[in-house]
Amino acid sequence: MALTQDAVLAGIKEIVEEVAGIPAASIEMGKNFTDDLDVDSLSMVEVVVAAEERFGVKIPDEQVTELKTVGDAVNFILSQAK
Amino acid sequence: MALTFTTPNSHSRILSVGAYRPSRIIPNSEIVDRIDSSDEWIRERSGIESRRFAGPDDSVITMALAASEQAITRSGLSVSDIDAVIVATITYPFQTPSAATELILKLGNPKAAAFDISAACAGFCYGVGMAADLIRCGTAQNVLVVGVEKLSDFTDPDDRGTAFIFADGAGAVVIGKSETAGIGPMIWGSDAESRDAILMSPSWIDLKAPGSVGWPDISMQGQTVFRWAVYQMAPVALKALKVAGLTPETLAAFVPHQANMRIIDAMAKSMKLPETVAIARDVRVSGNTSAASVPIAMDALLTERPDLHGKSALIIGFGAGLVYAAQAIELPPVPNKAPNK
Repeated sequence: MALTQDAVLAGIKEIVEEVAGIPAASIEMGKNFTDDLDVDSLSMVEVVVAAEERFGVKIPDEQVTELKTVGDAVNFILSQAK
Repeated sequence: MALTFTTPNSHSRILSVGAYRPSRIIPNSEIVDRIDSSDEWIRERSGIESRRFAGPDDSVITMALAASEQAITRSGLSVSDIDAVIVATITYPFQTPSAATELILKLGNPKAAAFDISAACAGFCYGVGMAADLIRCGTAQNVLVVGVEKLSDFTDPDDRGTAFIFADGAGAVVIGKSETAGIGPMIWGSDAESRDAILMSPSWIDLKAPGSVGWPDISMQGQTVFRWAVYQMAPVALKALKVAGLTPETLAAFVPHQANMRIIDAMAKSMKLPETVAIARDVRVSGNTSAASVPIAMDALLTERPDLHGKSALIIGFGAGLVYAAQAIELPPVPNKAPNK
């Protein structure tokens, strides 16, 4: 079954809450990981690795710095999961 | 005609550990201005509250000597019993002769076999594995393995990625023969495809060129190293446990390279270490001393928890190269207090 945006967003919310302790309810597509959610660069790596495992995708190191917002991450995962 | 080669020693073990921490305690407040940071920012990203920098009288050799003399005293052996010395360092400021030969001269044992190894933060664990094999083959009887770094000489104080991490210090162990296995098989290797993740640049040759590009410093791609350390090294650590017949549940202590508290915590979580495992977290007050960090952290843990003497531990080093080594060990027994013969 193909991944949907809602499913990936829900997964990212769970991961960010688990890794960084950010309440899932405050995590939205437009939120910036660093500025809005206070997810630092090392926590971002933990989020990315957890997302790779959960969604079966590869997110290279050079891509991680490009994922500024939750929406960036959701859209990248969707593009790789096809 | 077959050659003769006797292998008299079945096993080896760590007989003692020693450490030297330079006297200059550098709190985060002394680092923050040049990297536009704060004490809170550094603590959150590394767990480091302070680190030690070498004083004017501290060199790679003086620090190595102090740690070595403590380890030898604690082993109950005398300096002349040591027949091989391995120094793991990347900051001895001479390409040749080796730091190890200067060390044995200062120790008063100038006939011992002596050489350096360059395996950065994995250097100490590489050395432990080599020493164990030298002893088991009968090539050496008692080996001194030293990890020593003066990283402050090769750290850019304006680099936000490294200035708050790297530090100075020395640690040493004496390894000798044993009737039972005190050092498990070494799991080691490299991921050299990522060797650019931690680099010293420019080269010595560039430094000599007209219009010199400046002093060589060590730079690091933090996210790449973090990802590799946590997610590639945890399986290596578990493999080292397994081949030694241990499990996370039967392990007493975990003494990883003190790279960063976040790496240590994430590795422990990834390895699913139970709360019964004592975890060395010396990075908090010692920073990252590369090859020296495992023996310094081992010494600190045994000072804090003397009940761990003789208990099982997992040590793992990982760093520039990218290279790694891990082995299960039996922590050294309670130090010898009698004067050496």
